[in-house]
Order: sequence, then C-alpha cells, then structure tokens
Amino acid sequence: MEHVEQTLPGGANVTHLKPSDAPLEVHDLTVAYHKKPVLWGIDLVVPPGRLVGIVGPNGAGKSTLIKAAMGLLPLSSGWVKIFGQPVEKNLVRVGYVPQRESVDWDFPVNVMDVVLMGRYGRLGLIRRPSKADREVARACLDKVKMLPYANRQISNLSGGQQQRVFLARALAQESDLYFMDEPFAGVDAATESAIVTLLQELKNKGKTLLVVHHDLTTARDYFDMLLLLNMRVVAFGPTNEVFTTDLLQKTYGGRLTILSEVAEAVSQKAT
Amino acid sequence: MKHYSPFTVRHSLFVLVFVCLSASPAHAAKIGDLVHTNVLEQAIDFFTFREPAVRFALLGSMLLGICCGLLGSFIVVRKMALVGDALSHAVLPGVALGFLWNMSKDPIAIFVGATIAGLVGTSVVTLIKQTTRLKEDTALGLVLASFFAVGICLLTMIQRLPTGNKTGIDKFLFGQAAAMGADDVRLIAIVTVLSITIIALFYKEFLLTSFDAGFAKVAGFPAQAIHYGLMLLLAFSVVIALQAVGVVLVSAMLITPAAAAYLLTDRMSRMLWLAAFFGMAAGAVGAFFSYLGPNLPTGPFMVLGATAVFVLAFLFGPRHGVVMRWWRQRSRAQRIQRENTLKSMYHVLEAREFKGDGVSLRELSERRRETIEEAKQQVGDLRSHALVTLQEEGNVAFLTPEGWQLACAIVRNHRLWELYLTNAAHIAADHVHEDAEKIEHVLGEEVVRDLERRLEYATTDPHGRRIPSLADLRRGGAGRERTEELVGYGRRS
Repeated sequence: MEHVEQTLPGGANVTHLKPSDAPLEVHDLTVAYHKKPVLWGIDLVVPPGRLVGIVGPNGAGKSTLIKAAMGLLPLSSGWVKIFGQPVEKNLVRVGYVPQRESVDWDFPVNVMDVVLMGRYGRLGLIRRPSKADREVARACLDKVKMLPYANRQISNLSGGQQQRVFLARALAQESDLYFMDEPFAGVDAATESAIVTLLQELKNKGKTLLVVHHDLTTARDYFDMLLLLNMRVVAFGPTNEVFTTDLLQKTYGGRLTILSEVAEAVSQKAT
Repeated sequence: MKHYSPFTVRHSLFVLVFVCLSASPAHAAKIGDLVHTNVLEQAIDFFTFREPAVRFALLGSMLLGICCGLLGSFIVVRKMALVGDALSHAVLPGVALGFLWNMSKDPIAIFVGATIAGLVGTSVVTLIKQTTRLKEDTALGLVLASFFAVGICLLTMIQRLPTGNKTGIDKFLFGQAAAMGADDVRLIAIVTVLSITIIALFYKEFLLTSFDAGFAKVAGFPAQAIHYGLMLLLAFSVVIALQAVGVVLVSAMLITPAAAAYLLTDRMSRMLWLAAFFGMAAGAVGAFFSYLGPNLPTGPFMVLGATAVFVLAFLFGPRHGVVMRWWRQRSRAQRIQRENTLKSMYHVLEAREFKGDGVSLRELSERRRETIEEAKQQVGDLRSHALVTLQEEGNVAFLTPEGWQLACAIVRNHRLWELYLTNAAHIAADHVHEDAEKIEHVLGEEVVRDLERRLEYATTDPHGRRIPSLADLRRGGAGRERTEELVGYGRRS
C-alpha cells in the first residue's frame, strides 16, 4: 500500500529539463468513468526524443491516460500540456495510432484513403489533399512496406497489415509527439519487428513516443523508458532503473489495493 | 437491424390510422384521374415533364431521392440506420403542430414544426442514453413509438375538426407526390442543394469522422459539431421527403439506396454517387406509379423501387453479390474436381510406369473408387475443357498436352508440399496427405518455385514417389520421350 506515496524514481533523470519545453507534461490528472476514478493524480514530465512504454495490468488506465492526454476524454481535474501549450492549441504536433479494433474495417475506403487521413489535420477544414500530400502518403506507405497495397480495400488486409496502415497514417501526420495504443496487439512477428525498427527510427529523429504495451517480456527490449501504471504512476524512468521485480510487483500484484477500494466506495456513493 | 418492439407498436397504430383516415376521403389533386389509354403513353407524358400537373411531383421526388441517398450513405457507414427511422417517426407531431399553426398546409410552418420535433426526439434519445442505463436501441424504440403515437393522436384530432383546410394532411403517413405544390418543390430543392453543397465542401471531414472519430478529434476536427451538423441535415431531408414518401417509409429512402450502393462499391465517393442515383431513380419510379391510378400512395412505390435495386445488388453485385459468390464457389469446386480427376489419371499412368497413354474409364473409376458413370461424367467435363480426348466409343481417355501439364503440375504441387511439410515442418510422413490434398489446388507458380528452391530440387516425395519435374511438364506427354506417332495427345476425337 505504501506505493501510493511513491513518486517518480526517474524524476532525477529529468530535472535538467524545463517542464515548459517537455513534449508532454501532465499535472495532477484525474479521470473518471461514470464517476469512478480510473486515473488518479497523475504527474508526468516526458523528455524529448524518448521511446516510452506504458505498462500495467488490465484496467490500469493505460489507454485512458493517452486518450486524456490528447483531450479525447473529459478530465475530472488536472491539466495537460503539449510542448508547453494546452493540448487543443498544439494538436498539430500530436500523432495518434488508435487501437485497431476501434474502427470498422468494412468501411468503404482503401489503404491510400486511410493514410491520406493523416494529412487532414494539417489541411484544416474544407481544403482537400494536394498532390504533395499524396506523395507524403505514398512515402509513408512505402516505409511500412505497404505501398503495393495502396489500392486495396481495407477489409482485405491481415491484422498486421491493418496495423501497418495505421502506422503509415500516423507517419503522414509528421508529428513530434506520438501516442500509440497497443500497436503490437494481434500482429505477426514480422510486423512486430518492423514496427519496433520504425519506432526506433522515429526516436532517433528526435520524436517522442508513448506506446501502450501489454507484453512485459518484450517491454524491456523495446523501450528506453517505462511508465509503470496502475491507476496512478507506480514508477517512471529509464527501463533499466524501473524494470525491477519490486516495482513490477507493486504494479501488477494485489488487484485490490486501497486505491481501487476507495474508488469503488466513491462510485457507490455517487450513484 | 433488430427493433421488434417498435415494430409491433407501429403495426397496431397503422390499423388505427387506417380506420380513422379511410372515414374521410381526401381531396388531393388527383393526376391519376387524367385519362390515358396505355402505360407507355402515360410514361412518355410523365417523364418528359409534358404533363404540367406532374412536373412538381416528378421533380420533387427525384430531388429528394438524391438528397436522401447522399445523407443515407453517411447514415449507413456510421451505423445510424435506426436513428434515421426514429427521427422520421418523431417528426409526425411536428407536422400536426405545424398544420395547427394556421390551419393550413403551409410548407414552411410544417417544415419548421417537423424539424423541431425531430431534433427534440433525437435529444430525448441522447438524454435517455446518458441518464439511464438503457442502451441506444431501446431509447430509439421508445422515442420512435411515443412520438409517433402523439403524432397520430394529433392528426386524428385535426381530421375531426369541423373547420380548416385539411387537404392532404393524412398524406404525410404514406406520402403522395401528387399533392406537392411549387412551394414544396422549392423547399425540397433548397434542402437538396444545401446538402450537396455541404457534403461537397466537408466531404473530407464527414469521411474522417465517420471512419475514426477519435483520430479526427486528435487531428483537430470538431467531430461532435460535424455529427450534429449531419443530424440537422438528416432532419431536413426527412422532413422534405415526408410529403412524397410519408413518415412511415421515409427512413427506407435513407437506408435502401445507400445500402444497395454499399454492396456495390468499396469507395465512399462512389457509394455517394451510386446512392444518389438509386435514390433519384426510386423517386421517379415511385412518382410514376402513383400517377398511374387515382389516389395511389407514392411512398411504397418509391421504397419498392429502391428495394428492387437493393435486391439486384444483393444477388448480382460483382464482389459481394450472393449469386456471384455462389458462382465463384461453384466454378472453384468444379476446377478442383477436374484437377483431381487429372491427378487420378496421372496415378493410373504412373502405376503402369507410363506404358501406353490411354486411361480407360474402368481404371479411372477403380482408382477413384467411384462408379463408371461418375468417371464418365468427370472425363466428359475434362473433354469439354480440352484436357483429354476420348477414343474407343468414349471408353478410353487420352491426356492432351494441356491436360498432361496440368496433371503433372497438380501431382508436383502435392508431392512438393508433402515433402516440405515433412522436411521443414517436421510433420510425420503419414500426416501430410490430407493437407496436401487441399494445398495442391491453391499453390501459385511463385510459391512452387520457392518450395523447389527450399527443397533443393528434390526428386522424390516422402513416400518415395517421383516428383514430376519441370521438364516433364514441358514435354507435354507421359514420362518418356514423345514422338508424333504416339496416339492420343493433342488430337481431338
């Protein structure tokens, strides 16, 4: 239970950074679904050019955290800043790879249409994608080795191919901060290693990536920083400092921590 | 789409409405009364706009078909079909109130009243969804039935009023295009042009928010506002379609042309064009049929026209059509059957070490453990594809060069795959036959080349039988040098 008081072990690592420059700064963030808190008092400063894995048990609030950070969910309290600006003012610097199951793959669009959607944010209202946008989209498709599939209807793709299309769309956004929701879920081994290489490349170009990940066995190899999450930040820091038996136990062990008991009580009272 | 409970409610209401309305004959402009000798003449008069009385009806019906088809496409891909249904029923009280406003069928008053009622209806759905644990389908069913009931009560009340010009108010239930006037058509034209303009301008936004609303928000688009904009346009289109199609069936004009288009294409832009075209055609057909006889309702004919298109798309759509799928499956099954027969012929030839080229029906039927008749039928099928020739009164089959090639290829595929499974996947040799039986028919040329490379051009399969080589395939005859004197090959009987 004492991990409730625990703060960022990796905090020392980021002190050299002025918070205002940080790609992502989250302050005292609380998010609730039907009045039941799912995330509680999250503080987070993510330095630039890092590949960050978000790990934690089911229901720990991993997806909720990135959705809240992008302004997709109402916040009960706290605030989020992207490169020192409120989220809604800096969305053009944010790229997003949602969970694959979040869309209908029978939708009447082809692969190229979906990747072009990555350019829409830069275009704003009404303006249509130009030839240059198409070129960018083709280059991004090529990057994930999906260019031969450009004219395929999206329902004729395998799970791994669908994920590559989503990645290509995110690449087409040409953002500086990426949020990815389980990009490795249900993909084949070849796609998984291709995605990892791609994420490393993006990081080396100075992009910041936050990736929700559910596989602890690979988390250590894939990411240079880890965020251990279970309703609140259990630990955040360089992988080799954070990936310890002790901290993982605190993240995953004991489903009914005092926090979730209290959350239960709060929701009982509210209804 | 399941909505059983509102359905039964609706049906019982129909009966009531019919009883109420049939008691009071309507006085709509009856173009159907115009005397004509035959249908063709009527059709020519009708579709050339020569008949002044029907100009408005035809034009209005076609325009609203376009409008409904366009908006319906987005409704279908957003999985909001039931919302359209609920909305169309919810507008009925608004129609009645609009009429009561100044006791006349003023299109503007009815338009405003109906739109407001529709929007109130959808807001109530949202309210129920947010404040209770009821899910959307139940909320829609509730609103649909209750608003419709209120509307029916109001309409019945209007029917009973001694005063007031009640011309055509009952037509709002099943629709009659003939009752449309210049003002109505003007309103329809305005809404249709508005819809086309907005969809043309914001196509990108509608597409993105329909496909992936979360991503749209992160890309900075006001997904919620776009959704409400679409709902407002939807309400408008329902209201303008009311007079021609009627409350009861207007949702079908939204869904059916769009659903037919969805079955025919995999691109949103093409779906919009197709749906608009189908909607327009359905509108014209409906208006025409209702013109053929006195007092015929337009709505059902329009919906039947759209349904006919849907049925055609359902059956004959090139990619998703049921008949086409069945046809593709059938031809694949036939191809596999042919390939299996060829393979058996190869086995027969192989068993006697390729001495003699003819395979008798008896040998084949024994090999395949089938009757002579079945073998005869299969060989006949091969012959019609020029894979074998028949001799000795059709009792002996000879492979043509094409037949020989195909037979070798299938046997090769089979044996290569068996070898691959035992060598690379380490599956026991007696486990691989069943799998190879299926795989042999689907291996492409490139995969076969790859298999050969991986197997280092092996020549025998796990059971010790020879794998037909590329040279065998090219030779175009049985496994020894072929000379022109040999009988059978390449010769048609």
